[in-house]
Amino acid sequence: MAELGKSGSLQLKALTKHYGTFTAVENVDLEIQSGEFLTLLGPSGSGKTTLLMMMAGFQDITSGDILLDGRSIAAMPAEKRNFGMVFQGYALFPHMTVRDNIAYPLSVRKRPKAEIDARVGEMMELVRLGDFAHRLPKELSGGQQQRVALARALCFAPPVLLLDEPLGALDKNLRTEVQAQLKDIHHRIGTTFVYVTHDQEEALSMSDRIVIMRNGHIEQLGTPTALYQQPTTRFAASFLGKSNFLHRDGAVYALRPEKIDLAAAGHGQGANKVAGIVQSVTYFGSVLKYQVEVLGMGLIEVDVDAWRGGAPLPEHSPVDLTWADNAAVRLNDQS
Amino acid sequence: MSALPRHVLNTGWILVLPFLVLVVALFLGPIVNILWLSVSEPTPGLGNYAKLFTSDSLGRIIGTTVRICVISTAISVALGYSIAYAMVHAADASRNKMLGLLLMSFWISVLVRTFSWLMLLGRNGVVNNGLEALGIISQPISFMRNELGVLIGMVHYMVPYAVLPILASMQSIDGRVVQASRSLGATGAQTFWRVYLPLTRAGIVAASLLVFIINLGFYVVPAVLGGGKVLMVAEYISVQVLVTLQWGTAAMLAALMLFGVLALLFLMSRFMKLSTVFGGGKA
Repeated sequence: MAELGKSGSLQLKALTKHYGTFTAVENVDLEIQSGEFLTLLGPSGSGKTTLLMMMAGFQDITSGDILLDGRSIAAMPAEKRNFGMVFQGYALFPHMTVRDNIAYPLSVRKRPKAEIDARVGEMMELVRLGDFAHRLPKELSGGQQQRVALARALCFAPPVLLLDEPLGALDKNLRTEVQAQLKDIHHRIGTTFVYVTHDQEEALSMSDRIVIMRNGHIEQLGTPTALYQQPTTRFAASFLGKSNFLHRDGAVYALRPEKIDLAAAGHGQGANKVAGIVQSVTYFGSVLKYQVEVLGMGLIEVDVDAWRGGAPLPEHSPVDLTWADNAAVRLNDQS
Repeated sequence: MSALPRHVLNTGWILVLPFLVLVVALFLGPIVNILWLSVSEPTPGLGNYAKLFTSDSLGRIIGTTVRICVISTAISVALGYSIAYAMVHAADASRNKMLGLLLMSFWISVLVRTFSWLMLLGRNGVVNNGLEALGIISQPISFMRNELGVLIGMVHYMVPYAVLPILASMQSIDGRVVQASRSLGATGAQTFWRVYLPLTRAGIVAASLLVFIINLGFYVVPAVLGGGKVLMVAEYISVQVLVTLQWGTAAMLAALMLFGVLALLFLMSRFMKLSTVFGGGKA
């Protein structure tokens, strides 16, 4: 068997995209390492899809450069870049069977039939679609269609696979399952994955590194752990997970709700302690979410593991909130 | 539980009844009458239909009609396809303008449009006079009063009809499918032949059927631009009815056209669902 996949590195240099007077992407520098799973995460309008489309070759770039393994591909048309791409909504060819869809990239390259058959078989096995070879896309479920799209995009062993919100159309239960499959496939073929999503859970659970995008620029870049534990801006802290913001000495600190301990008034122990009044408490099965009014700090959210401690503290009860010194992270934003 | 649907059904039928009566009286009635005439005039029996095999002139007229219809359908659909393609890929503002121009052509009487071709391309028309004045030709080119003239006129009239179903099928294509083809390494030509064209097949079939069926019954254009030299079925029927008073032959030809169209629809339904064709949408 030939190699299952290839991988390449991508370099974006001062990449900029204007639509008229609107700047969709501004001066983005990014190095995507060979074989890594990199996620572009951001709300709609943050420029993540535009960035991906420029890598794919479907959007002209206004200025800057894109390099694949050190060679500029900025002027290369999409069909010459040899990037696999999984589209939002999959974009399968509705008039072709599953097999023909997957074989398409090889058949347009006029590969010999034996090679195509072998490779398509390999791909169908990779995404576990063996029994569906002769079905039409409309006869498949959303999850199966997604796998066809993936197999089709990987069939010609592209060095880079671009994925544009590929799980957006799936229901929530299926999504978790497909996330695991995607990650497993990435592991097995080692191709560079560039993944666009607005779903923070997807980003956290699958990526090697995450790029948080905002208004056309990179807000923060790092591993999921680094981003979650050490956000540098308010936006990063609140877009990836939830956060309370404390203002101290002219600086802003992010404090995750689960890093705060809550105890009945007089029982709190910790380096940092404030007193407050419970405004509301909501039961979520695994956690209890408290909203606590603290004088001078406003409403503070606190997550408590529901199995710890006994009955939830009722509304209006006075409580102590405590947290460790390193729990609050100083942000770059001004107070 | 069971009373409700019957009640709804009754009301529905009462509402539809006047139109049902109209359809039967003004549409089905005459058709039955024509079918009846075709086997009863001038003598009962299939004599009129037998003429198809005995009369040379009838065979020639039908042959001419089918040939002209096939050629003009092919040209109209090909032109319609490129126009629709240009419209789909134009910016919104210019697409609306193009659509406006297209619809405007439906408002202009076929008679006006046909005679303007005579003025343009006739023996003393603008084109021939112009070319002669420039010294490019010494004899006028005969564009009109022949099959070429009929074809020009028919194609000109039918192109807008061809555009609309094709446009609908092109608009229903997901642009990402075309992008997907390119991202998978297909050239522009490969994308067109292997993805775009197959996805517009329903539109092409719908347009071809529509144009062909309208062409079959075309009367004005062949009569004016054919100059009596290109006799097609519709004109021949009118001659039978108005001049030679052979109602039986006329009715037989009309019935033949009706059956021809039905047979065509039947054939098509063997290959694809008619609803996808007339829905103009996704195959």
